[in-house]
Amino acid sequence: MFVAKAEMLAQLQSDILRLQGFKPAGSGLGALSLGAIDAAFPNRTFPTGAVHEVVSPASEDLAAASGFLTGLMAGLMRSKGVAVWISTRRTVFPPALKAFGIKPDRLLFVEVPRERDALWAMEEALKSPALTAVVGELRDISFTASRRLQLAVEQSQVTGFIINRAAKLTTTACVSRWRITSLPSETPDALPGIGLPQWRVELLRIRNGRPGVWQVQWQKNRFVVAAHNEQPTTNHEPLSQAG
Amino acid sequence: MARFVSIWFRYLATDWFSLPHPEYKKIPFVLRQPSHGRLIISAANAAAVRSGISCGMALADARALLPDLHVLDDEPDKIQRVLYKLAEWCMRFTPWVALDPPDGLFLDATGCAHLWGGEEKYVQEMTNKLTARGYTVRVAMADTPGAAWAVAHYAKNPGVVPAGHHIEALLPLPPEALRLEPQVVERLHKLGLHHIKQFIHLPRAALRKRFGVGFLQQLDKAVGQEREPLQPIQPVEPYHERLPCLEPIVTATGIEIALKQLLEMLCLRLQQEQKGVRAAVFKGHRVDGKVEQISIATSRASHQVSHLFKLFEIRLATIEPALGIELFVLEAPKVEPHLPQQEKMWEAGGGLDDVRLAELVDRLSNKIGERIYRYLPEEHHWPERSFREATSLQEEAMTEWRTDVHRPLHVLPVPERIEVTAPIPDYPPLLFRHKGRVHTIVKADGPERIEQEWWRQQGQHRDYYRVEDDEGNRYWLFRLGHYHDQTFQWFLHGYFS
Repeated sequence: MFVAKAEMLAQLQSDILRLQGFKPAGSGLGALSLGAIDAAFPNRTFPTGAVHEVVSPASEDLAAASGFLTGLMAGLMRSKGVAVWISTRRTVFPPALKAFGIKPDRLLFVEVPRERDALWAMEEALKSPALTAVVGELRDISFTASRRLQLAVEQSQVTGFIINRAAKLTTTACVSRWRITSLPSETPDALPGIGLPQWRVELLRIRNGRPGVWQVQWQKNRFVVAAHNEQPTTNHEPLSQAG
Repeated sequence: MARFVSIWFRYLATDWFSLPHPEYKKIPFVLRQPSHGRLIISAANAAAVRSGISCGMALADARALLPDLHVLDDEPDKIQRVLYKLAEWCMRFTPWVALDPPDGLFLDATGCAHLWGGEEKYVQEMTNKLTARGYTVRVAMADTPGAAWAVAHYAKNPGVVPAGHHIEALLPLPPEALRLEPQVVERLHKLGLHHIKQFIHLPRAALRKRFGVGFLQQLDKAVGQEREPLQPIQPVEPYHERLPCLEPIVTATGIEIALKQLLEMLCLRLQQEQKGVRAAVFKGHRVDGKVEQISIATSRASHQVSHLFKLFEIRLATIEPALGIELFVLEAPKVEPHLPQQEKMWEAGGGLDDVRLAELVDRLSNKIGERIYRYLPEEHHWPERSFREATSLQEEAMTEWRTDVHRPLHVLPVPERIEVTAPIPDYPPLLFRHKGRVHTIVKADGPERIEQEWWRQQGQHRDYYRVEDDEGNRYWLFRLGHYHDQTFQWFLHGYFS
């Protein structure tokens, strides 16, 4: 009885999302699974064809954010996809990408001469349906600029990631806002040395979803959610647990 | 049928000196040049010539003839530059303009005159425009450059010689009209041969014996028996389109329409020949003689009007029309084969072969320059050399990317100096200080020694350590040199995620 009701509610909820203009993920790209984090997304799927924002002012955070992003992009790109990474100066070390499941030669690096061109380049790249994902390292982004980017992806269904390096955050039109910070790595059986990368993944804001905080490990080319150690800010019980 | 125009600037040097001083036109005015210790007249204007002064005369003799003669120093180099500028200006009439030093131009006008509504109007337009610019010109059009030159220089009323009638036009002219050496001309006159018609039908063997092979050649060039090669001032691109305008264009919309029309013309031709543009130049010839131009390049041959237009569009605003643009030219200096079926195959495939990806790269690189990089693995241990730039989007990796070594996701462009406390030689450090912040190291891995590649670069080896501090951030540090050398230094090289 309850199961039927839950199904009906889920169906209604997805109908509402559709009526609100939320497009379901494209057929080829929808299979990206983030384990327990999926519950936070609308329709339980990672929103592709949208612009996500990752805040990371410090260099250490940038590395953690890039690690998480490349993991996400690897899931989106699969074997065929091509992505673009836009920055004023490339700091990504291409050979390291392979460890996160991306073939480094399928990533194009665009080094723009000025910060102003980064936004323009990002918009142009987001308009091109030939790409799977676009990453832009930006110092600052205004609400209008982020809206332009969001409009660009609505046609092309490219997934965009802004790495926002601004110290002070402003409102943006991005579909989500993440913050990734490094956590001490774990080695099996407390062996000495450095283990697998581990991050604290905070989903600060998500449109039509539920924010939350997770502890995520990168293991054998996929994400493993180690713990869901903090309650999301809006306290809704997941529908599937209602029964 | 080939058609040539010869333009003779009768008083090129004096006309040019008179441009800023119109009053010189009315008074006798000459230019002087030192030669063998005396001053020689190198150019004289129309008024001076009427008074009996000619080029090559000593200045003292001319002064005796006309005491109030106005004299200026000649600048032959500058006059040659002026002639070149005029040649560039004349490119609005035909792409093929050649210099005819010291004071003339040749234009290959084949197939151009109809754009001006006929040959008479074409030549008339040329004469009017150049006269309006302040030059005295004599323009003639004929089937060969030689005949056009002869008519321009020696006919009573130069103008258009109808196709096939150039020999008749030559007949009444003096032998000088064949551009002969002065000695030959002198000999001809001594023999009483004052007109071409007197010797043109003489036996060739006799002419050669008397006047040499050069004389026959000049005659053949004028008649059209021998082709006269003309060296254009700017090489004519095999792929180019021209769009002359009736009225000078000044608006941005007008320029856009012109560009679109030219692109459509060019792309239609390229499509038929199964070729695509790799580089293109869009030129606007302005009323004041300047040429405004923008150029684009593509990473892959393309004959898509919309794509090429987009590439030009970014730069279109830099074209300064000033008083107006009379002629638009679109050139494609670099053209490559482009097979249409390939495009169809790749359009759906996606990936690096996608046409739309190449178009995106073109759009980006035309705005920000060649700053789009793709990297391929290199078999080097030294981190900075472990990858290289790919030359094209399609280039495949020769070797596999290494996965057996740990490399940080972010690497500093230049390793930064840090201060380190390390307890025992070759042990990982306990703590390090970077930019004033102290990081206490909790976990570490290493060392991984990477030696210099001595055949490329001399220097000390690096001992790399992967370390994690108490906040959970992971770093890539290295020590340059041996611990016991006392000259070692510690560096931060990257951030692990």
